[in-house]
Amino acid sequence: MLEIKDLSVYFGVINALKGISLTVNEGEIVTLIGANGAGKTTTLRTISGLEKPTSGTILLEGKDITATSAKDRVKMGISHVPEGRRVFPSMSVLENLELGAYLRRDKKEIAKDLQMVYEHFPILHTRRKQAAGTLSGGEQQMLAIGRALMSRPRILLLDEPSMGLAPLLVQEIFNIIGNINNNGTTVLLVEQNASMALRIAHRAYVMETGSIVLSGTGADLMQSEDIKKAYLGG
Amino acid sequence: MEQFLQQIINGISLGSIYALVALGYTMVYGIIKLINFAHCDIYMIGAYVGYFCMTFLGIGFVPSLLAAMAVCTVLGVTIEKIAYKPLRNATRIAVLITAIGVSLFLEYGTMFFVKAQVRSYPPLTGLLAETLRLGNISVPMLQVLILAITVILMLLLQFIVNKTKIGKAMRAVSMDQDAAELMGINVDTTISFTFALGSALAGAAGILVGIYYNSINPLMGVLPGLKSFVAAVFGGIGIIPGAMIGGYIIGIVEVLISGYINSMYRDAFVFAILILILILKPAGLLGKNTREKV
Repeated sequence: MLEIKDLSVYFGVINALKGISLTVNEGEIVTLIGANGAGKTTTLRTISGLEKPTSGTILLEGKDITATSAKDRVKMGISHVPEGRRVFPSMSVLENLELGAYLRRDKKEIAKDLQMVYEHFPILHTRRKQAAGTLSGGEQQMLAIGRALMSRPRILLLDEPSMGLAPLLVQEIFNIIGNINNNGTTVLLVEQNASMALRIAHRAYVMETGSIVLSGTGADLMQSEDIKKAYLGG
Repeated sequence: MEQFLQQIINGISLGSIYALVALGYTMVYGIIKLINFAHCDIYMIGAYVGYFCMTFLGIGFVPSLLAAMAVCTVLGVTIEKIAYKPLRNATRIAVLITAIGVSLFLEYGTMFFVKAQVRSYPPLTGLLAETLRLGNISVPMLQVLILAITVILMLLLQFIVNKTKIGKAMRAVSMDQDAAELMGINVDTTISFTFALGSALAGAAGILVGIYYNSINPLMGVLPGLKSFVAAVFGGIGIIPGAMIGGYIIGIVEVLISGYINSMYRDAFVFAILILILILKPAGLLGKNTREKV
């Protein structure tokens, strides 16, 4: 469904991505793990169009979208939950969710999706009139995911959804990601919490300083000695 | 007491004009963190467009107002496209210096075409020349008109910003440009639209000040522009209701100082307010103290 070939990104002279290639198939959860600064966030930002690659191609269902604007990528079904949630703090929860459906005009279907988001995250319904900036970290993460779902994505890019959350909440967020995937949305998940990510993912890629160094199924990588040592604390 | 009320009424008229101009400063600052120094000259151009419409084309006040707003809208958007957009990723100081350059260009460009002399608006006729008497207080219809137009424009602005889709996009871009882009919002269009709104309001303020003070010149925007900027900072730069409140407070203070102390000191007082607010509450009246995020 999503295919990246030889993608390179430079920030000035810094080579943030050094020709990475990866594939995400329809219906999969694919995770991208690695240490801080490995280029995971840059990869997602380039896929959603916030960064321009210096070389390489991004294909969505076989179509080259490397030069497509971020806006059109949203239209084509890519939705990105950025690192640090990035909800609009002084807007209400409802307004945030409505902005998620910014490009859509099908009012009835939008209302349906709003109900769907409230079913995934009942707390958002309770807090719908509250300013997003006043929510707790976990609630903001739920809002960020809910907002991304409002564009009715084919593929959801998630950047560090567990960051800064209590373990119980992390579990809840991962359960919801699983549910979203079961409902038919493809997921590309960037995580530092490698053990959680590998448990949920069908396949995984490991990144180190701008390159992909390892890939395989989630279960395989969990057994790998290198991965255990480097990322799973044992 | 009567004199005081009379002064307040004058202050409200002046404050309306400051508020309209301050809105443009604050909206542009809110969305691209630029103090658009050329904004005060858009206001000046608005005054000239109104003057030419009313004097040479002989069309009435309302069509002239609309013409001034339309010309300023186009001008504001064009300036943004030519001067500021190529600098979207440049340092803030580079854009600021460009804004000062655009401001000087507009001032002296206008002077080249219309000469430096002061021009007078045609006298108002009919209902607008009348004066309303409320007891011992006299309110020229002109002042009623200024307040009415300002209130209508502000309500319209509030509606656009809070209720429409493009208004929501404006707020989203001003809060978080990347996140807005991820919603599918076209950031460039939204910024253009912000310049359009601010410039239209400045154009309206220009023609209102023309009929109020009756004289215009190519450098007329400089001082009111600075004061409107003070008003925007006073209310909390980037906050729309703050600019409205700030505009009225600065207008009323200025008139009261002129009336009760000495009109020579009115500008000094306005800028003293700026210094005070920057010391006591740097984020402005309605501003929240936020840390600059890295």
